[in-house]
Amino acid sequence: MNVWTIILVAAILVLALKLVGYLVPQSLIEKPTPARVLGLVTVALLAALIAVQTLAVGSHIVVDARVPAVLLAAGLLAIRAPFIVVIVAAAVCAAVLRMLGWAA
Amino acid sequence: MARSNDVEDTTAWRASLSVAIPVALYGVSFGALSVASGLDVWQTSVLSLLMFSGGSQFALIGVLAAGGVAAGPSAIAASTLLGARNTLYAIRMSPVIGRGFWRRAAAGHLTIDESTAVATSQPTLRGQRIGFWVTGLAIFIGWNLMTLAGALLGDLLGDVSRYGLDAAAAAAFLGLLWPRLTALQPVVVAVAAAVVAAVLTPWLPPGIPILAAAVVAILVGVFDWWGRRS
Repeated sequence: MNVWTIILVAAILVLALKLVGYLVPQSLIEKPTPARVLGLVTVALLAALIAVQTLAVGSHIVVDARVPAVLLAAGLLAIRAPFIVVIVAAAVCAAVLRMLGWAA
Repeated sequence: MARSNDVEDTTAWRASLSVAIPVALYGVSFGALSVASGLDVWQTSVLSLLMFSGGSQFALIGVLAAGGVAAGPSAIAASTLLGARNTLYAIRMSPVIGRGFWRRAAAGHLTIDESTAVATSQPTLRGQRIGFWVTGLAIFIGWNLMTLAGALLGDLLGDVSRYGLDAAAAAAFLGLLWPRLTALQPVVVAVAAAVVAAVLTPWLPPGIPILAAAVVAILVGVFDWWGRRS
């Protein structure tokens, strides 16, 4: 499997999932259990991605400048800062800590 | 009558653009990170054009960055599972979009977190339609242009972690997650999923810990643990 295959297969699957929603009858998925499971799967995947993106380097767990950056992002989200402010603040926080040599 | 339509349209346009512009700008970060994860400029641009779903795109390049091409199947699975929420959005948007094959196909491609959120926040059908199409199209154009800019920039920048872009990706996922943490059940699932993914990371190939975390959600969801018993 090369990179192009991965990109095309994943992209077509994601696009197909969007289109499916316009084809199926509304009653099929808007039952409470499938809707709840789908919502929670999104939550779990995002939370897992945050953990991995914040703590993992390959297969190792590493605590570095990403941790304070994500905590700052959480604080800003808690006070309802705009999305773009949160992202930029996290990047600047990590970059500055690395520049000062306070974190890897 | 025309007068109230004008006000309504202006409100919907304003809501659309206030969401679309910052999200589109964020495409720069995706482009740069994608190049850093090993994709070239073309692959990065095709991904944004064809997949067009930020969470899934970041998931794909995140897994590929950690595990390389060998992690391809997990990368595809993670991005596809994360894209499954778009199916729910599409079902919700279906009556707003109306009939017509091409219109529904185009709407399908533009069905993402932001276009659905802006549309559902408008009080009238007319406002919902404006909200969906303006947000979707503005992000589609902006996101793809900014992805290309970011990919070209990423080639020049070299090590993106110097600029904190790795932390920015984590913060972006957090930004997508935050509005969903409105009850005990999603909070429990989020914490458990994060712990599962982190604990399994040293033991399993990249991508698999993320998929394992999804199992937590399926269990909690099917049995409705910590749910609102109403």
